[in-house]
Amino acid sequence: MSLEAAIAVHRFGLGARPGEIDAVGPDPRAWLVAQIGMTAEQPVALDGSAFPDSGTLVRQEQAMIAERRAIKAGDPDSQKKLAGGRLKIFTDEMAGRFKLGFTTRRPFAEHLVWFWTNHFTVSTTAGRTLSFCGAFEREAIRPYIADKFENMLLAVASHPAMLVYLNNNASIGPDSPAGQRTRRGRNENLGRELMELYSLGVDGGYSQADVIALANILTGWSLDPDAPSGFGFFPNRHEPGAQMLRGKSYAPDLKGGIQAVRDLAHDPHTARHIASKFATYFIVDEPSPQSVARLESVFNKTGGDLKALAIAAVEDDAAWEPRPQKMRSPVEYVTAGYRLLNLPGDDAEGRLTRAAMASARAMGEFPMTASSPKGWPLTSDAWSGPDAVLTRIEWAKEVGERMPPNFNAARVADEGMGSLVAPATRTAMARAETQGDALALLISSPEFQRR
Amino acid sequence: MTLDRRSLLQSFAAAGVIGAVDARARFAFAATPGDRRLVVVILRGALDGLAAAPPHGDKDYASVRGDLALQTGGTGALHDLDGFFGLHPSFANLKTLYDNKQLIVFHNICSPYRDRSHFEGQNVLESGGIQPHLLQDGWLNRALQPMGIANGDRALAIAQTPPLMLSGKVQTGSWMPAVMPAPDELFLNRVRALYANDAVLKESLSSALALQAASRTAMDDPAAMTSDSNGQKRPGGGGAYGNLTPLFQGAGKLLSASDGPRVATLEASGWDTHVAEGAADGQLARRLQMLDVAIDAMRTAMGPDVWNKTAVVMATEFGRTVHPNGSGGTDHGTGAAAFLFGGAVAGGQVKAEWVGLRSNVLKDGRDQPARTDLRALFKGVLAEHMDVPNNALESAVFPDSASALPIKGLIRA
Repeated sequence: MSLEAAIAVHRFGLGARPGEIDAVGPDPRAWLVAQIGMTAEQPVALDGSAFPDSGTLVRQEQAMIAERRAIKAGDPDSQKKLAGGRLKIFTDEMAGRFKLGFTTRRPFAEHLVWFWTNHFTVSTTAGRTLSFCGAFEREAIRPYIADKFENMLLAVASHPAMLVYLNNNASIGPDSPAGQRTRRGRNENLGRELMELYSLGVDGGYSQADVIALANILTGWSLDPDAPSGFGFFPNRHEPGAQMLRGKSYAPDLKGGIQAVRDLAHDPHTARHIASKFATYFIVDEPSPQSVARLESVFNKTGGDLKALAIAAVEDDAAWEPRPQKMRSPVEYVTAGYRLLNLPGDDAEGRLTRAAMASARAMGEFPMTASSPKGWPLTSDAWSGPDAVLTRIEWAKEVGERMPPNFNAARVADEGMGSLVAPATRTAMARAETQGDALALLISSPEFQRR
Repeated sequence: MTLDRRSLLQSFAAAGVIGAVDARARFAFAATPGDRRLVVVILRGALDGLAAAPPHGDKDYASVRGDLALQTGGTGALHDLDGFFGLHPSFANLKTLYDNKQLIVFHNICSPYRDRSHFEGQNVLESGGIQPHLLQDGWLNRALQPMGIANGDRALAIAQTPPLMLSGKVQTGSWMPAVMPAPDELFLNRVRALYANDAVLKESLSSALALQAASRTAMDDPAAMTSDSNGQKRPGGGGAYGNLTPLFQGAGKLLSASDGPRVATLEASGWDTHVAEGAADGQLARRLQMLDVAIDAMRTAMGPDVWNKTAVVMATEFGRTVHPNGSGGTDHGTGAAAFLFGGAVAGGQVKAEWVGLRSNVLKDGRDQPARTDLRALFKGVLAEHMDVPNNALESAVFPDSASALPIKGLIRA
């Protein structure tokens, strides 16, 4: 079992399932690259059924809202019922996502999905996104992890989840027919974040005038229950007249909007912004300027090819530093623990999967619930605060206590971590009072807390 | 965390169904289980017997124990039992049990295991074999059928998963309280040691523990206070790290039901005191007090009627070195202390084949010797308290145990 194989599985992958490190083979970099197919795997519900697409969800949401109105305006019970229905959709989607993380044979591809979903944060802090968050990742992220960045950006910007989250469904061109009639206006939210967070970056060379221009360009992008994708362009809400965005003029129609989004994807500021975040997530909290420059150059040269970007990160020697570099986020930590123990196994009722979800939440992170569109932090300090660390240790101890009699913690350490286990951890495990405690020490160890 | 808090209900429900289906099978094997209750407490990590039950009358006790020696007078004095043996000052409730003739203390006792690995030692303690990994199931499970317990409704592990001792052919239930006990101090100290060279994690863990300690002091619940032998109030460990009370109290409640379990196992770790063990105060004293409080909570939860039908046997995988080591603790040893208590126990006695504490009588010059086989204690309890027939004890339950004759006179007639 080579050290590089263990690093590949833990740093780029999601932690080792039994036998996974041995299965990496002689070329760990090739093992990683082979995982980046065109699209990522799709999660299914815990009962094995497929999740509905956005068009269906948009129609469901409309029906739910109509039903609530019909029952009684302001009736708290029907409000609760609506919220409960949305919450169930969300937790079922996330349960499928967690389980895929525990079991996938393409952990690097899945890790890429997690990076991009967080980069394009849609959060349930806006309650109306609850129904659409799972579909967002399935439809706007997973199909594009090895595609061009412009295609992912476009899928994101036109997805019902994003349109709801950043209020673009309520953005109406002030001079459009609908704007004239209703006296409602433009909402800048999506226009701003599309540049600040999702493409150019906060120092990406755009002005407030550009924010307004992009917001105008995006007016009329909204939810359409009649479209299979759930997305529709509504010309009567679209701000008339060509818009000047960062020195280029865009026609006042859907085509002009699509072109504007594609141009943002190809801007050199975007390459730098993405390269920096990608290196921070996959290589080290403070990547060297050389690492970032390499990724940036690949991104620019390939026109934002995300497979090439991932390969460039894998081929960066800095990414193979033997010492663990990054604190695992709670979702990564719980996932690595489950993979280590080959969980959830036969979890027909989903109890173990749901327990992992609750644990990650208790440690401070849950997918698609970040407090702002900036998403969950990428650096270690976000997860190593006192209470977080203690919660992780308590979780490790609890996991240890669930192990069956005759469980062998040392074997799990050998199979799942190999030479990554520090001598001090091995010694502590050998001296532990029980096999469960030995496992708990392994899971609590600095090297398992990190990747 | 909320994982499988319903296992008790489910195991009961499942057992109800199985019980009905399997009534004939049970009838064929044995009479229905009696009304008596047996609890086995496993103290994982090797409890220091000389701290838990100090032989203060031994002329060498004070000198061999050094800083770990307990005093017979003043504040923090040990509880004298018979002028020779005593109990740790933290064992206020156990002392009361002894005075009420409901506690027997055993010393120089050990399983057949003679090496010093926790894992192997616990395996022998629980499997009932003469070597580690010889037997794949637990002696208590093998004893269930001879007790008349053929199905899982009558045997319960207070644990996430049943320990080896209760695992085997007969299906058993398991239960944990809704609020999990937090990790014990010893475990946290081990994690702290792992973080010694990790500036970030070390700082975070220290800070979190300091905060917890502060909030505990601020919120000490008067109801969780307990009186020591001098009538002084001491904190009962409510909400503390590694609190055992919810487990023992839960066991007591469940055992109190007339149609509930007859056999239960409890486990408590946190006894592997290699460093800074302490004497009347300190790490081990706090842990022993948590155990003492928890035992009393179990007794109270059972109520007097059920308590009077109960025997609790409490044992550890092996003892610790007689002499303190270089870091104020003790290392893995051999002979240990064990405890048998409950309303059904013919208590008020100490049973020990005592040979002193001089190096020439110690095993390898360092450990208390093993003069009594723990299996003799287990067999005695199973025979007298649970009516397990002798042929079952000698064959299925404890194979190769002919040398360990059941101890007699443990249970009130």
